[in-house]
Amino acid sequence: MPSSRGSLRPRDGPASLMSPPLAEVAVAEFHKKIKEAFEVFDHESNNTVDVREVGTIIRSLGCCPSEGELHDLIAEVEEEEPTGYIRFEKFLPVMTEVLLERRYRPIPEDILLRAFEVLDPAKRGFLSKDELIKYMTEEGEPFSQEEMEEMLSAAIDPESNSIHYKDYITMMVIDEN
Amino acid sequence: MNTPNLEDMGCGTSSATKDKKSEKALKAALVIQNWYRGYSARLKTRQRYALTIFQSIEYADEQGQLQLSNFFSFMLENYTNVPEKEPGLVTRLFGSSIQDKDRQDYLGLIEIPDSYCGPRLQFPLTFTDIDLLIEAFKQQQILHAYYVLEVLFETKKVLQQMPNFTHTNTSPSKEITICGDLHGKLDDLFLIFYKNGLPSVTNPYVFNGDFVDRGKNSMEILMILFVSFLVYPNDLHLNRGNHEDFMMNMRYGFTKEILHKYKMRSVLMPPIPMDGDRAEKKNKLGTATVALGIRTSGSFSEQLTKQEWEQVIDILWSDPRGKRGCYPNTNRGGGCYFGPDITSKILNKYQLKMLVRSHECKPEGYEICHDGKVITVFSASNYYEEGSNRGAYIRMSSGTTPRFFQYQITKATCFRPLYQRVNAIESSAIRMLKERMISRKTDLIRAFQLQDRNKSGKLSMGQWAFSMENVLGLNLPWRSLSSHLVTTDKDGNIDYMSGFQDVHIQKPVKEVQSSLIETVYRYRSDLQIIFNIIDSDHSGLISMEEFRSMWRLFKSHYSVHIDDSQFDELAERMDLNKDGSIDFNEFLKAFYVVHKFDQLNKSDTKLA
Repeated sequence: MPSSRGSLRPRDGPASLMSPPLAEVAVAEFHKKIKEAFEVFDHESNNTVDVREVGTIIRSLGCCPSEGELHDLIAEVEEEEPTGYIRFEKFLPVMTEVLLERRYRPIPEDILLRAFEVLDPAKRGFLSKDELIKYMTEEGEPFSQEEMEEMLSAAIDPESNSIHYKDYITMMVIDEN
Repeated sequence: MNTPNLEDMGCGTSSATKDKKSEKALKAALVIQNWYRGYSARLKTRQRYALTIFQSIEYADEQGQLQLSNFFSFMLENYTNVPEKEPGLVTRLFGSSIQDKDRQDYLGLIEIPDSYCGPRLQFPLTFTDIDLLIEAFKQQQILHAYYVLEVLFETKKVLQQMPNFTHTNTSPSKEITICGDLHGKLDDLFLIFYKNGLPSVTNPYVFNGDFVDRGKNSMEILMILFVSFLVYPNDLHLNRGNHEDFMMNMRYGFTKEILHKYKMRSVLMPPIPMDGDRAEKKNKLGTATVALGIRTSGSFSEQLTKQEWEQVIDILWSDPRGKRGCYPNTNRGGGCYFGPDITSKILNKYQLKMLVRSHECKPEGYEICHDGKVITVFSASNYYEEGSNRGAYIRMSSGTTPRFFQYQITKATCFRPLYQRVNAIESSAIRMLKERMISRKTDLIRAFQLQDRNKSGKLSMGQWAFSMENVLGLNLPWRSLSSHLVTTDKDGNIDYMSGFQDVHIQKPVKEVQSSLIETVYRYRSDLQIIFNIIDSDHSGLISMEEFRSMWRLFKSHYSVHIDDSQFDELAERMDLNKDGSIDFNEFLKAFYVVHKFDQLNKSDTKLA
């Protein structure tokens, strides 16, 4: 199972191998894309966003850093003396690198399914509510209470009080497409 | 596990097996958490995008509104075509006919039948009347027009005597509650009163304007607020918002609500401008609530000078932003954007600590900016759509930090998971956006084709986004939205015609050019307002002659390039002539957008 932690970051095709015009166009497009995503959270229209929204912005651009990786990214874009705000000028180059290098690729559906299956060794096809809560709030990078409730509200089958993960995954994937 | 593992084959102790298992579980948990956080973030972003769409379109419409105001001025200067209606038109536009009739004239025209079982108010009003109204409105009763008029006249009388500024004292034992826009959402007002108590001498309130329009209970909110004001004139403060305006009401629903609830056309109340163009400033140090006005005391019916009117617009329409200085509010088409430096300057000049304002919908119901010196509070939850935003109110007093209370009205959808709610508002937003696109189809295609040198039918993402932004005048994240609007090929290029595939404007008459249909559809709200104003007896009919001449004036002001003969032909072919008159509502209703994959056949024809 691919670990999403660790210092080995998959890299394909660094920009310098692409022919210059293509690279420029690609970078220009990434810049616009990043700017769009940033602006939606820039409430005061002054090229800053609240640091607490940076994770959302990065993930909205299709990347899936772990909490640890996100923490490191934030450190890269923060001011010397953290102000609670992230400026676009610092965010843009870092995020462009991330996109160009295709870092933090999202989890494919089948890997996700296998992860659930690992937690369900008896192969019942579901996890009980308590089991899911236990794993999500005690293992890995634990969920906050809010995250847990949010996930449960969509995932849980209220009659059996369990999560039929295959259906759940299918539903979420359809929703995103 | 039944499948043999390396560990079971004697390589490790049982605790190593456990470690291996828990390591696997850890990794599995990480995968799921990682995926979920990504998914959740994308959901929130989609929600944010939907809100951005709603807001952009709302502000673009407000621009349209101001353009319409200009049109009326233009119309009055080009009078020749509308001879004997002249006096009526002027007074209707500027509301000075209020002074023609007095209270008794109006009240004398109405009788309350014995069969009326709605609430009956008793003047002078007391707190029991407030309770009475609330209970009655909870049961969806309608207050009789007689009482409405009494309340309106009485309120007008009291407001006229009040200055533009109001000072109020607060203390830790007497906090004041500040509410923002309500926009006819009665449930939100009920919730605020339920959570925070009814207004009284010990429970003062400030309502920061925009009581009406958009929601379906503008009248009820207004009545509750006015009655409460009459009972507690020193403890219930009403500030004017940009929707406390005759023209806005025609576009945004209040007029329509009145016409619907009170089918008494002959006594249709001319607009009651609210006294005081007041912004609200708070002095935390001391005791004062200061309302800043620009109208000096004077006769109520005096016309504002052009400069005064501009100041009114500045106060009622401006928004705070992060950029320093003061510059035109291009989104809304009126008022300005003001930066933190402007805020500091003004607050220092008048020795004030804070500005509490409304006017902008915020996802959390409130927002603090300009280093804590400006608070925006917005009290209409689900303003754009079920699930779009929370509402909030503030409690504060001198010497304490403001406390914020948030809420969200939900009905059956209360227990829907987040992704379903997001889907709902996203679909709604995309739908609105598509309707915008189709109403500018001709201009958009022209812009696309200009860039499509090879006539391939395709544009790069950048080119497409550029045209969309330019033609529609909406500052939106086009790249992120493109997947909902157009099809993209594997090279990332956009098939620009695909954006018009599953929507079209219903053609009421086949032979007429699409561009005319599009134009009428695009300006349908403006046209409806104009026709309503011309229709002096509120019959819903205007003469063919008036219809034509109005169209010509409109056309020249809005620089619309359509053949007069085309328009005449359209009107005639639609066979709407009834003895030489046209039912303009029927005319306009015939122009609507059809969404191909809809369960409903008609789109939301939200005519003002």
